[in-house]
Amino acid sequence: MKHYLTSGIAASLLLGSASFAFAASELTIESWRNDDLSIWQDTILPAFMKAHPEIKIRFSPTAPTQYNAALNAKLEGGTGGDLITCRPFDGSLDLYSKGYLKNLQGMATLDNFPDSAKGAWSTDDGSATFCVPMAAVIHGFIYNKDAFAEVGVEPPKTQAEFMAVLDKIKADGNYIPMAMGTLDQWESAAMGYQNIGPMYWKGEEGRKAIVAGTGKLTDDGWVKPFEVLAGWGPYLGDGYEAQSYPDSQTLFTLGRAAIYPSGSWEIAGFNRDSDFELGAFRPPLPAEGDSCYISDHTDIGIGLNAASPNAEAAMKFLEWMGTKEFAELYSNAVPGFFSLSKHEISLTDPLADEFISWRKDCQSTNRSAAQIVSRGTPNLWNEMWVVSANVINGKQTPADAANQLQKGLSSWYEPQMD
Amino acid sequence: MELEQDLMVSERKKKPFRWHVLVFLAPAVIVYTMIMILPLAETLRFSFFQRDTITQAISFVGLENYIKLFFDPYWVEPFLNSLWNNCYFFLIHMLVQNPIGILIAALLSMVHLPGKKLYRIAIFMPTLLSFVVVGFVWKLMLSPLWGVSKGLMKSVGVGSWYLPFLGKEETALTTLSLISVWQFIGIPMMLIYAALLSIPDEVIEAAECDGVTGISQFFKIKLVLILPTIGIISILTFVGNFNAFDLIYTTQGPLAGPNFSTDLLGTILYRTFYGQQLQPGDPNMGAAIATVMFFIILTGVAIYLFFIQRKLTRYEM
Repeated sequence: MKHYLTSGIAASLLLGSASFAFAASELTIESWRNDDLSIWQDTILPAFMKAHPEIKIRFSPTAPTQYNAALNAKLEGGTGGDLITCRPFDGSLDLYSKGYLKNLQGMATLDNFPDSAKGAWSTDDGSATFCVPMAAVIHGFIYNKDAFAEVGVEPPKTQAEFMAVLDKIKADGNYIPMAMGTLDQWESAAMGYQNIGPMYWKGEEGRKAIVAGTGKLTDDGWVKPFEVLAGWGPYLGDGYEAQSYPDSQTLFTLGRAAIYPSGSWEIAGFNRDSDFELGAFRPPLPAEGDSCYISDHTDIGIGLNAASPNAEAAMKFLEWMGTKEFAELYSNAVPGFFSLSKHEISLTDPLADEFISWRKDCQSTNRSAAQIVSRGTPNLWNEMWVVSANVINGKQTPADAANQLQKGLSSWYEPQMD
Repeated sequence: MELEQDLMVSERKKKPFRWHVLVFLAPAVIVYTMIMILPLAETLRFSFFQRDTITQAISFVGLENYIKLFFDPYWVEPFLNSLWNNCYFFLIHMLVQNPIGILIAALLSMVHLPGKKLYRIAIFMPTLLSFVVVGFVWKLMLSPLWGVSKGLMKSVGVGSWYLPFLGKEETALTTLSLISVWQFIGIPMMLIYAALLSIPDEVIEAAECDGVTGISQFFKIKLVLILPTIGIISILTFVGNFNAFDLIYTTQGPLAGPNFSTDLLGTILYRTFYGQQLQPGDPNMGAAIATVMFFIILTGVAIYLFFIQRKLTRYEM
């Protein structure tokens, strides 16, 4: 028995080192998207390998919560994969400044992406880009088409219409107008403030002004969305203060709520779990005729491990990621995660297609706390969670909330100091 | 004179170095040093360093982390808030968990109580459950959407008192304290129960002969005899409460909402050390908080040992 055990261990050790040696001639992609494993293995990678038969490539995901720590450890130990899936902004910037990611500046494929997409994986001054943008998620409202037909309302275009729709659904009484809770606080900030906000702070223009220090979080454009949020409370379900994120999802997919403020990443799950027809409308315009801005949050990119022995092959893959073929393949395989390239692509999922269609009339922007301004204490993004929930709960006035954010930011962020 | 020398020599002969003492102590000392003392010392050392945000180099900064923690309003306010919440959390346990624990133990130690074993097991059971399970189950029961609590309260006529308990600043911390009480009430119950059983029958019989029975017997005889155990329980509760983290994290998330009303020292430590979404983790500052927590707990235990435990009279039974 013991003999078998030791030989078993020896064999597995040998196998381990063998696969290690083998890995050197094969590209590995590090990722946290373990949900997408089969999509990569069955759809995306075969398509690439068909065009490049000389390259072997493997998708090797880690659980999302462990990804950052595991990746760091692997890179430090020199065993990281050739291609690294990049978290947006500071997570990857940190890897780049430690020298783990290669500077991709000058790669032709990067020209296929708009600046707002590349910004998530560029240094603060924009002199280096270290990951090829892959996917973004778009914020908006998903609604229950059956419920809308039953109550007799149309998807709203402006804020005034939006409130009228909520009122009508509430008066009808069969549905909870909106499924959202404030227990997890994250929902209030991401699906509330960051969802409707860009319309008011004018997308990138407002966001960049905060980063540059020329705008303040107490400016009108940043207070208004809080004022809108303050009006949401009465339209949420009973006891929404103790409703968590999974609660809201379930409430909506059970067909008990009419509107779900959210984002495109829910599409796959909602398609699976709901048995009514889903629709989506974009965040309401402040007033008829205003220009439109959507939160098109850059979420996933892929970069090159600076220590990769297969850099040449890996570069070929990165080049391919800029093609229309990849954009269409990926966006269709993972509905709700949209390619960031400039190519016009067609999607088979109607809901995903609705979301991506907004890019035509609206300007894209990132979540406002994502770049640079969340590096200090107090952390701006955390504060946004707390004050957004407070505002919806009626515990803080919109002006107060904005003041708190500005005060916190200006306490450590040089360009915002008076 | 000679005799004295003889004695000394013989004494020296009598006491060779007792190696076996070291040998027997070694395993405990080594293990304890490895898993307790070294990490503690390392944490303390860590708290004197800080990573430079630009060069990424870690350098010695002396007391800077502590100065920041105690004087920077953005650190000291959340810290004091969590310290206060923690004291409240502890207070609820002392006021609810321990008295009820004693009461249940007293009831269980009654001679003629049917189903004694069943109660004992049922009440002790939650202690064995994982925090995650407890947090999840209670969150579900208290949920305004699917929870049973609303219906239960209605059925006994207090439906109008129902609130989304975990979502209100005013009620969240009290609710979580009571959940924790529910989970851990088995510990004081068991300890007190054991202490009550160990009271010799002669003492009780003597009391009965003197006409001290029933409730007054409990307060005048039994409670006095189990006071040292109550002291131990208080200190266990104190240490447990000031290290609490899991329950808050599983029910309220890392930001201990609403509006940090359930933030405990443990959650603020976790957030600081490991970071939270866009907040980068700061292990050095985290180590400083952990060190302060350690000293808070140490102070509490020391106060108990030097001022309270000495005054407790222990009766030989």
